[in-house]
Amino acid sequence: MTKISRRTLFKGAGAASLAALASPALAEDKVKVGFIFLGPIGDYGWTWAHNKGRMQIDTELGDKVETIYVENVAEDASAIPVIRDLAQQGCKLIFTTSYGYMDQTVQVAGEFPDVKFEHCTGFKRADNVATYNSKFHEGRAVLGTIAGKLSKSGVLGYLGSYKVPEVVLGVNSFALAAQKQNPAATVKLVMIDSWFDPPKEAAATETLINLGCDIVTTHTDSPGPLQILEQKGLHGFGQGADMSTFAPNAHLTAIEDIWGPYYVERTKALLDGSWKSIDTWDGFKEGTVVISAYSKDVTPEAAAEADKVQAGYKAGTYNIFTGPIYDQTGALKVKEGDVIADADLAVMDWFVKGVESAS
Amino acid sequence: MSLDFIIAAIITVVGLTTPILLAGLGELVVEKSGVLNLGVEGMMLVGAISGFGVTVFTFNPWLGVLGAAAGGAAASMLFAVLVLQLNSNQVATGLALTIFGTGLSSLLGLSFTGRIIVPFLSVFPDWLAKDPVWRLFFGHSPIVYFAILMIPLTSWFLKSTRAGLILRAVGENDLSAHSIGYSVVGVRYAAIAFGGAMAGIGGCYFSMVITPMWAEKMTAGRGWIALALVVFAGWRTGRLLAGAYFFGILMALELYAKASGFSFLPSQFWAAMPYAMTVVALSFISSRGTAGANAPACLGKPFLPSS
Repeated sequence: MTKISRRTLFKGAGAASLAALASPALAEDKVKVGFIFLGPIGDYGWTWAHNKGRMQIDTELGDKVETIYVENVAEDASAIPVIRDLAQQGCKLIFTTSYGYMDQTVQVAGEFPDVKFEHCTGFKRADNVATYNSKFHEGRAVLGTIAGKLSKSGVLGYLGSYKVPEVVLGVNSFALAAQKQNPAATVKLVMIDSWFDPPKEAAATETLINLGCDIVTTHTDSPGPLQILEQKGLHGFGQGADMSTFAPNAHLTAIEDIWGPYYVERTKALLDGSWKSIDTWDGFKEGTVVISAYSKDVTPEAAAEADKVQAGYKAGTYNIFTGPIYDQTGALKVKEGDVIADADLAVMDWFVKGVESAS
Repeated sequence: MSLDFIIAAIITVVGLTTPILLAGLGELVVEKSGVLNLGVEGMMLVGAISGFGVTVFTFNPWLGVLGAAAGGAAASMLFAVLVLQLNSNQVATGLALTIFGTGLSSLLGLSFTGRIIVPFLSVFPDWLAKDPVWRLFFGHSPIVYFAILMIPLTSWFLKSTRAGLILRAVGENDLSAHSIGYSVVGVRYAAIAFGGAMAGIGGCYFSMVITPMWAEKMTAGRGWIALALVVFAGWRTGRLLAGAYFFGILMALELYAKASGFSFLPSQFWAAMPYAMTVVALSFISSRGTAGANAPACLGKPFLPSS
């Protein structure tokens, strides 16, 4: 494994050759796989989970494959030279692990037709660009089930980042699942216009608590909200990884993103020549979404209901987006028994009944 | 709206306001001495990790705050040497300090990721803060009282002490101050160090009080709001306090409006508010023709006594 930071990359044109010099001569025979990370690998969330997936390639295919990563890559034009640099260093497969690298990935992929690219959470594909994503909303259904069962006020808080399909699905999934346990449950939604802003996440959590929420779930990346909930003696959930160390009492459980098996599978496909540009959207069934151990504050009844949801997803018998589903105005959007198709979920832009939001 | 509700909202406002108030007050003194330090964000981050790190090792938040002040001041000295000794461009050097501080804090913070400390909250006995109204006065971190106390102290220092007068003289006309024997560079060193220490304490409010943890770039741009605040306040301490709370209330209003389901204004509008209000305030000051009276005359200019 060679570690390169963005700063070293930009030091000069010699960076690539320097990195090559630093690697053992043997590594030249190995196939290189590159990763572009949004945050620091120590963020205990999104990037941390992707890096764990990368390390699984090292563990399982370390004799044939060498992985390289660059962390803290901004989601703007500056990502282009970073991705290009990985390709020029000889990476045959490059994972770009955030939505904001979509156009940059497609652009660099056009320059390197022999290199395969995989873009996480996007929708633009090409002959050498595949896309992959995780059904985080399946995990949200488990959190919603627990929240609906445990909440005394029936008012739940949801801290969102932006109104993008992933977050909309999370909110709707959480609300629908909570309403199955407590039909009167409502979800107050605040979008903070950032994936990572601990002070604003903290203030937004205080606001939601003050407006009556006794359980707050976050769709932003820092453990800040959990720390506020810990101070107030209330509950919440971890995002992306088990965050119980930050809030031992407040942390009920967490959605963990498990990318390792997918990364290993795709790297194997590259090695045996079967790699194709596909769109993958895995969830509980494939093991991409995993729920952490429940804390002591999750009652046995709540745990049983939550397990039912998990088991249902794994068996393919449960889908939270099964009608009847009403929108915020109370209009029937999905008829009884109908299920929203994946293609429609991927572009969902409306909230279900019981979600109180500003947009 | 119950009393509890209003008081909880005010406490959120205090949390949003205190860091920018501290950093803004430090920057106000720096600018009064004629130096523009755009490195506030970087110094806040260095302060955040210094305060957190010292607290982890010593289990003493008071030492942590001292560590944050020392860290912020140390970072500011780098800027000071460059702009005062080598006469480098203040704007460019300040921006460099922000980038450097961000990187340095990330590096220092590597081994602290995933650790937590006990939040540095109220030091008053619990029974004092039980009643909601009393909580308003006794329920805050000591840093909050320090920030509020520093306002009249700084105001008094600038207006009524000899040292404060010299500092302002250096900021208004460095050559004249120099010609009557004051050390322009020495005064500016002291001012920059004070600004760095205050930014550091402001930064540690994030890592020690609001969310007692370390995370890269956790100040999330508050240093820039502090810079806007100084201009918004027209370089006056009283207005800085009012302005900081005005900005804090705006930030809290955004969250309350969204959480209550009001969508009368897009969120981008709220995010731009502090900066937009600064432009409005500047236009207002200029239209009254008093802009020159407020901004220190030597702000941002290098001190070149020989030329």
